Amino acid sequence: MAALSSCRVLDLTTPLGHLCGKILGDLGADVIKIEPPAGDAGRSRAPLYTDPSGARHSMFWLSYNSNKRGITLNLESPAGRELFLRLAKDADMILESFPPGYMKSLGLAHENLAAQDSKLVYTAITPFGQTGPYREFCAEDLELMALCGVMSLTGYPGKAPLRISLSQSEGWASLYAAMGTLTAYHYRQRSGEGQFVDVSAQAACVIQCVHAPFFWDYNRELPKREGEFMTGRTITGAKFRAIWPCKDGYLTFIIYGGPAGQKTNRALTEWMDSKGLAPEFLKTKDWNQLDVNVLTQAEVDQMESVIGIFFAGITKEEYMKGVVARGMLGYPVSTAEDVLRDDQLTARNYWQSIPIAGRAEPAHFPGEFAKFSEMRCAIRRPAPTLGEHNSEIYTQELGISTERMMELRAARVI
Amino acid sequence: MSDMKTPQALDDVVVVEFAAFAAGPCVGKYLANHGAFVAKVESISRPDGFRAHYPPFKDNKRGVNRSGVFAMNNDGVYSVGINLKSPAGVDVARQLVAKADVVIENFTPGTMQRLGFGYGDLRRENPRLVMLSTCNLGQTGPRAQHPGFGSQLTSLSGFTHLIGEPNQSPVIAYGPYIDYIAVGFGFIAILAALEYRRRTGLGQHIDLSQYESGVHFIAPAILDCQLLGTIADRMGNRHATAAPHGVYPCQAPDTWCTISAFDDQQWTRLAGAMNNPGWAVSRRFATQLGRKENETELDALLAQWTRQQDATRVMARLQEAGIHAAKVLNVAELYDDPQLAHRHLWGKVTPQEVGLHHVENPAFKLSRTPHVDPRPEPALNEHTDLVLRRLLGMATQQIDQLVDQGALERTR
Repeated sequence: MAALSSCRVLDLTTPLGHLCGKILGDLGADVIKIEPPAGDAGRSRAPLYTDPSGARHSMFWLSYNSNKRGITLNLESPAGRELFLRLAKDADMILESFPPGYMKSLGLAHENLAAQDSKLVYTAITPFGQTGPYREFCAEDLELMALCGVMSLTGYPGKAPLRISLSQSEGWASLYAAMGTLTAYHYRQRSGEGQFVDVSAQAACVIQCVHAPFFWDYNRELPKREGEFMTGRTITGAKFRAIWPCKDGYLTFIIYGGPAGQKTNRALTEWMDSKGLAPEFLKTKDWNQLDVNVLTQAEVDQMESVIGIFFAGITKEEYMKGVVARGMLGYPVSTAEDVLRDDQLTARNYWQSIPIAGRAEPAHFPGEFAKFSEMRCAIRRPAPTLGEHNSEIYTQELGISTERMMELRAARVI
Repeated sequence: MSDMKTPQALDDVVVVEFAAFAAGPCVGKYLANHGAFVAKVESISRPDGFRAHYPPFKDNKRGVNRSGVFAMNNDGVYSVGINLKSPAGVDVARQLVAKADVVIENFTPGTMQRLGFGYGDLRRENPRLVMLSTCNLGQTGPRAQHPGFGSQLTSLSGFTHLIGEPNQSPVIAYGPYIDYIAVGFGFIAILAALEYRRRTGLGQHIDLSQYESGVHFIAPAILDCQLLGTIADRMGNRHATAAPHGVYPCQAPDTWCTISAFDDQQWTRLAGAMNNPGWAVSRRFATQLGRKENETELDALLAQWTRQQDATRVMARLQEAGIHAAKVLNVAELYDDPQLAHRHLWGKVTPQEVGLHHVENPAFKLSRTPHVDPRPEPALNEHTDLVLRRLLGMATQQIDQLVDQGALERTR
């Protein structure tokens, strides 16, 4: 048994909410992804893999729609709405990410459905929320990353703020949507009362600024982007290099204080010394006394200049082995390929092998987001193909006749 | 267990937290935001590291009750002073755990076992207990014991490689980006385990690797390198298909706006909103492929247009025309953004030593059980009496004795 194995979810979301439905599916819910007959926008999100039959598969779609069954349904046709209401009767949760007011225009808003079932948890995920001055604004990842503040903290001073080159806002919106949905579900299981969950992607994305807003709130200091450097760690204003070129890429290392940092600094000095690269000032430093909070820029620069020379001569793999053997803080800057090869993930059986059409070898998908002692949250089924479960759900479960199915298909209702 | 009269979605949940920094405590904060009673076990000799080591401190004066990054992760939580080096203190902590629905810890794997607080120990006394152990790389595996911080784990897990301009050094994400992905998944895992317990009567242990939960946010790149043989790389602000898709300078220093067009209709609307300057209606920009082909020139021309204008007005004007556009807010502007203000993202609290400041309210709004106004982050050991009275029914005299023995601590 899984946590949500008695729970049915209707997932009407666009890419903004795909991960939310997947998380609920991972927890055992019966998630039905409902797409327009032409298919969800996520199916055409680049990059795409074309299988030998010519069918195209989006990496985004495959990633965030496992553990869902898939049906097609045109909500804008009266027959489609009628089918949706029949499905909704057995649903515990509904997820949607249409523009505010769209479901209402179809007569399928929370208030319409709650009249039929007061236990329903109804989650709406939008870029900015259901109400407010930006509610009609259109936004994809770039706009959300801009309006949540995080881009102002990413990139080089004086140059254009940057986003992460792989869309992140959908992940954040979906994560907070799943949190909100489960919070509401917890209450419903106690009280029998469902409710409406209004999720703002912009608000969810603000967490990416982490504690930067608190510098402004507390001291009217404005943190900004500093490229490869970390700021905000001292009362002197010194910045610390966090990204270092190495032989075959980049690695991350930061001069830390505290017990772990002191140990790291000592171990690095020894490591450098073993290659004859530790100058006297580094070897004679009393690391136990190092207080990062009060380091000046000149002190930081002096240490970093010699550390950089050492790092330039080692590979990512050598660095990883070294930091592990020496108990130091630090990691390589990994590519997706490095992540796939990581022995820690392999040892924990993180990857899940999922067959891919036209490929002899299965692909490794990210597996359980957590390891539970009493249940699994692994992939039980891959992302559905378009309309894959139409007959299973409409014919076998709703009892719609084959003839009626043909009519519905011909009318593009399904 | 809530102080409030309004029903709170999680006000039936009692949490005991043995956690520090971001990844553990922020889960407790989020549970508290919806009414859970969260007791954070601390002591003067072992306060949450964010209290002591990390700015911002109010007015740049260090102090255990002056940290903004601590406040961010702990509003609504109660601090109970227990000295775990004292056997009597350990005994009190065990009694608290016996009353708890949830324990959250984020020590290095093995630490809780050494303290006698491993899941096996705790479960014997409280089989209904849900315990979240969250750490960098998980409780098992060859590198489980290797120490690490979230800001660097963000690099190990593939994010940093994807930030920056092509063929240049990657740049960092500000702070421990991946920690907060793990916070969300940790919160979700706890509510899932509580639902499992409601149905079966059984508690359970959750081993959450921040690395593993974080990699879900780069899942498409993991598939790219297997199915397409391409390793996802940084590409500034550019997009695989959309053009324009960038950040452009505006009139005032260091003000910027984004503009993006995902199809030719959006581009035509954008040209119209700029009053159709000659270059914008030229054929080389008429199609998506043409704009991609000539993107560097396109970006430069758009920047010439935006440089004459105010970023907020660019956003308003282009959004009015149905075009994707936004102002790049700095973190100060987050407090004034009309949409975030409309949603009351920032709550106000007034802890004694720091005075009025803001904390983040939940990003989701619940119609029937809205979160109530936040409570301030706790001063170190502020709620020793409150927690022990409430959960264990201890009398003040009993607490006095344990304080005298050095097992318990109160605010000094």
